[in-house]
Amino acid sequence: MDIKIQEAAFNRPRPSPAGTPPPSGEPSAVRKFLLNRGTSAGADKTFAIVMLISALSIFAIVALIATELVLRSQLTLHKFGIGFFFGSAWDPVTGQFGALPFIYGTLLSSFVALVIAVPLSIGLAVFLTEMCPRWLRSPLAFLTELLAAIPSVVYGLWAVFVLVPLLREHVNPVLGKTLGWSGFFTGPNYGIGMLAAGVILAIMILPIISSLTREVMIAVPHAQREAVLALGATRWEMIRMGVLRNARIGIVGAIILGLGRALGETMAVTMVIGNRPEIAKSLFAPGYSMASVIANEFSEASDDLYLSALIEIGLALFLVTIVVNAIARLLVWAVTRGAPVQVA
Amino acid sequence: MATTPAVYRNSRSNSVTRMVTDHLFTGLAILSTVLVVAPLVAIFCYLLYKGASSLNLAFFTQIPQPVGEPGGGMANAIFGSGLLLAVGSLLGVPVGIASGIFLAEFGRGSALANAVRFTADVLNGVPSIVMGISVYALIVLPQKHFSAFSGGVALGIMMIPTITRTTEEMLATVPNAVREAALGLGVPAWRSVLSITLRTASPGIITGCMLAFARVAGETAPLLFTAFGNNFWSHNLNEPIAALPLQIYIYAISPYDDWHRLAWAGSLVLIVLIVISVALVRFVASRGTLKANN
Repeated sequence: MDIKIQEAAFNRPRPSPAGTPPPSGEPSAVRKFLLNRGTSAGADKTFAIVMLISALSIFAIVALIATELVLRSQLTLHKFGIGFFFGSAWDPVTGQFGALPFIYGTLLSSFVALVIAVPLSIGLAVFLTEMCPRWLRSPLAFLTELLAAIPSVVYGLWAVFVLVPLLREHVNPVLGKTLGWSGFFTGPNYGIGMLAAGVILAIMILPIISSLTREVMIAVPHAQREAVLALGATRWEMIRMGVLRNARIGIVGAIILGLGRALGETMAVTMVIGNRPEIAKSLFAPGYSMASVIANEFSEASDDLYLSALIEIGLALFLVTIVVNAIARLLVWAVTRGAPVQVA
Repeated sequence: MATTPAVYRNSRSNSVTRMVTDHLFTGLAILSTVLVVAPLVAIFCYLLYKGASSLNLAFFTQIPQPVGEPGGGMANAIFGSGLLLAVGSLLGVPVGIASGIFLAEFGRGSALANAVRFTADVLNGVPSIVMGISVYALIVLPQKHFSAFSGGVALGIMMIPTITRTTEEMLATVPNAVREAALGLGVPAWRSVLSITLRTASPGIITGCMLAFARVAGETAPLLFTAFGNNFWSHNLNEPIAALPLQIYIYAISPYDDWHRLAWAGSLVLIVLIVISVALVRFVASRGTLKANN
């Protein structure tokens, strides 16, 4: 009971005079004095050290992952060198390993996903932050959150039994007829293939791009919107000049973060991309991605060279996603740092 | 009554264009919202329709049948998922919360804290399949056999970054005066962190843990080469074990209609479990903010 009351007291927002810095920051002189008083200093030191070790274990984990990947891919790293990433022959029987078809598949399917997902997610974010009636905002946000909570394997299941037949029967024939001249929509129409992988990836990365875009749009100060409106702008002009222009770096960050997710996505892609290590221009053609070749062939990799080749693909994927994520984080931080308090 | 000056006429036609553009883009934003919501509704409806029609008591009580024999369930996979998640949580939750405490209470603003934060973000971005082969190389290869333990470790590692970051963020919202009040009453610093600061921030921290839990509950890729899957009952941490997402994957890519039905039923169960935990998160989080406002 006693504790409950105390807790309630702690949680009550205290009236703070305007201009007071937020609670985080340098501990005050009083607190420093109290911390250095000496009693239970031993227990406090131990506690701090345990917390420090936990935090350091995150470094250890990432370092372990990196060293394991490098050590276990030594065979192909030495045998093929940098040529591993430019060779397009993948023949485990004769020991020929080139990762180009997988890199191509990963890049192409992620690119298709971005082309579909970026306009849609920005549209959704614009609608949610600037246009949506208040009563609709929370349910819609919840729905998109749910989209993020669906496991990859369930997306894959849905794609195999609903999306692929839909593409094969209705969408692909139309695309072939209208855009077949471009060379991107030709060839036999299996349903599975690059296009199916791109579409399911787009559905999967939509929530992450749109929720981050929303975040950076909310971070744009209201004064910006009011200023543009006061000059006589229409709502769209206000969104374009007042909001999107100010949030653009953050939106690029959100898109890159979505790209990072798409590059590493495994299960859903494996189930619909077709799993054929070939480089084809047509989006109808089956392909293969870096993540799906690992998922499919890792357990049947019989000799050390084969295993090493797959682990090297994993290493490449690891490094690429680190770089992509780092860039995206820096961009998002650059925008949301120092953002005004979010007004719901 | 002279004719309207050219400047005004121009501006009127200009304003018509602007109005049209405004309506056009409003329409586009609404259209994209519909296009985003449509597949979600489609997935859920189809899942409910397919899953509910294949769901029965046997699904929760029986283990998988051999190919060709009808019936069977995923009881062992549901249990396996529970065991894997328990092992994962035992690893991920304490390490995640402790790292969060370090970032918020001890390392605030230091270069080390920034580095930890950045590394946690990197870890968050590591593709799950890469996590799978790393844990395979770390644990399965030296042990020379697949095991439930290695699967749990893979899931646990994936939980750490989310929990660390939410814990840190939630602790940062606790006012310094609360910490000073505790210290002023003579509470040791470690005790003040654990029973005062952490407790005050607990709704948010629980939210973070549940989100991390919901995220790894559906993971398949890290389990492919660690927990591996098992068609029989197993509760031994040193043996391969079945997991719900893994079983769904195996059944989904099989050529048998009967197994496809089981895959749908399994997906429905998995989604319901995840949605329940997400809804719980929202409930806990909203209760937390309510408490703070009264």
